[in-house]
Amino acid sequence: MGDAIEFQKRLAEAGYIAEPGLASALELLQILGRPLLVEGDAGVGKTEIAKALARVFDTHLIRLQCYEGLDASSAVYEWDYQRQLLVIKIRETEDLPAEQTERHIFSESYLLKRPLLRAITEPDPCVLLIDEIDRADEEFEAYLLEVLSDFQISIPELGTIQASSRPYVVLTSNGTREISDALRRRCLYYYLEYPEFDKELRIVKMHLPNIGNQLARQVVAFVQSLRGFDLRKTPGIAETLDWATAVLQLDVDDLNDDPAAIKRLLVCVLKTREDCATVSDLDVERLIASSG
Amino acid sequence: MIDVPERLTRRVAGFQAFLRGHGFRAGIPEAVDVLTLAQSVDITDKRRLRASLRSLLCSGHSDWTRFDDLFDAYWLRPNRTVLREARGYSSDGSRTAEIDGTRARGLLGDVRQGAGHAGNVSGDNAALGGACSDELLESKDFRLLTRDDELEAVEQLVARLAMRMRRRMIRRQQIAATGRRLHLRRTLRNSLQFGGTPLELSFGRRRRKSPPLVLLLDVSRSMSIYTYMMLHFTRAVVRGFKRAEAFVFHTRLISVTDALMEQNMERMRDRLTLISSGWSGGTRIGESLQSFNDDFAGQLVDRRTVVVIVSDGFDTGEPSLLSGEMQRLRARARRIVWLNPLLGRPGYEPTSAGMSAALPWLDLFAPAHNLKSLLALEAELLKL
Repeated sequence: MGDAIEFQKRLAEAGYIAEPGLASALELLQILGRPLLVEGDAGVGKTEIAKALARVFDTHLIRLQCYEGLDASSAVYEWDYQRQLLVIKIRETEDLPAEQTERHIFSESYLLKRPLLRAITEPDPCVLLIDEIDRADEEFEAYLLEVLSDFQISIPELGTIQASSRPYVVLTSNGTREISDALRRRCLYYYLEYPEFDKELRIVKMHLPNIGNQLARQVVAFVQSLRGFDLRKTPGIAETLDWATAVLQLDVDDLNDDPAAIKRLLVCVLKTREDCATVSDLDVERLIASSG
Repeated sequence: MIDVPERLTRRVAGFQAFLRGHGFRAGIPEAVDVLTLAQSVDITDKRRLRASLRSLLCSGHSDWTRFDDLFDAYWLRPNRTVLREARGYSSDGSRTAEIDGTRARGLLGDVRQGAGHAGNVSGDNAALGGACSDELLESKDFRLLTRDDELEAVEQLVARLAMRMRRRMIRRQQIAATGRRLHLRRTLRNSLQFGGTPLELSFGRRRRKSPPLVLLLDVSRSMSIYTYMMLHFTRAVVRGFKRAEAFVFHTRLISVTDALMEQNMERMRDRLTLISSGWSGGTRIGESLQSFNDDFAGQLVDRRTVVVIVSDGFDTGEPSLLSGEMQRLRARARRIVWLNPLLGRPGYEPTSAGMSAALPWLDLFAPAHNLKSLLALEAELLKL
């Protein structure tokens, strides 16, 4: 422990190419036990960080996808109402005091654990991914802050549940909404940029071992220069990989071999009508030519 | 455990203070974490020190982009005290920004400089006094704000105001709304006393969304000294409200919502500059409103929408067109608010042809020349 280079290698073995800065940040996450907030454009691999981290720590990943209107019953816990009702009905004939029935149906076996509660009641630390926190409401954000600093959750009917292990927490945000200062302060921070040429090339080669050297370089160079256009939806790494996979099916070694087919496959990369219009056929030819 | 030379830990602590001076939020918890960090990571390696401190001490993208320059300034060159002194006392925005390495701070660098120059010409009282409290800043006309630190303070206040407005509006609605959906958990609880038969039903309150907002911002030459602040306000509103759209107009109308949502300040500035470049003179409020009504109002404006127009009302187009378009908008929107920065000046009367054509259709006509007027606006908006 304590070696970012080593950590970087372990991440690479887990299938994630990280720059040294990111490896340092993840190392800090481990040392300090603070959550890591990752920001960056869509498709730069924010979510993948958590997945790779789970593989590196050899633990499992619990994912909480945030959305507008996310509430405690889908993020923290919920009572199993159907079973509760059933038990009340069954017990009706037994003539037991109401308090006893109440105690019974509000016990842990009727509790449905949602991601947050599950993450802190795991026997071993897991990786908790809170995806797109900016989509959740402020109330939820405040609640999350409380959970992340106290690592306990109180359930009125049951009492306070203490964490049995502290999860490694990764939060991601696309900037749909500004998140609160308090939450920012709690977290380590990393801003993930679009990958540099070398990094993206390594990613492509790792995911598509069959791709030829020349073709991989061309695909990456093409997408890299495409990011320079003023697009509505800038292609991310996932788009590069999709496109590379599609190009690989064409059975060519060089983008120049079949420009017309390559153009048709651009649907993998350009995903809105405006973007398709922004990048003209001439642009495509120029980009193919300049990608070497 | 790594033995860290005390001189180095002290330097690190000094660096935190340095960052605080530059508006970073590096508090005591961070200081403790840095010490923990120093014991398990080899911080004598400068690259790792940089990466670790950056993750630890930054809390947003604007911090992130400034960090490297500040790190270099502190760790590489010895003249750091000079750098701090230089901040805030120079009235030349561009130079200070360059020294600070805070390229990301300005929204529209050129506009801000424009505001600075205009201020120098129109009133020298802005240059007076070393300490200026928030209270003073609140009532100061935006056009008289010249100093860098003043601008920055107002920028922050403006952004905070926009956030607060949103919270307030949502809260009010939560209290006002009554529920329609069954609250299962409470209902079940109630049913216990009836042997499991849900006789007493409980309802949950349904949350309503904040009202959709549409902002139309006049960016013509006559408005240029207010454009910078109003863009800041607009940006905070667009990012804060769930459903808000922003447009700028001059001789034509362009949507800037996407540009304002841009995370990267540098890129946002570029996009805004691109949008506003190459426009000829004159303000065509009527035609801009027409294109808004034709192309966007159908999608964006419904019976709940509040439309806010920010303009001084100097229209070079036909007043009858403006009046007609205001009427069309009136029929569609819930409320129309017109903010006029000139209204804050003593002796101003809204007599220009454009302004008088629009006046009959407004729900609220208010000044927006300083923070105080924006604060007052908050209360007015809630009443609407």
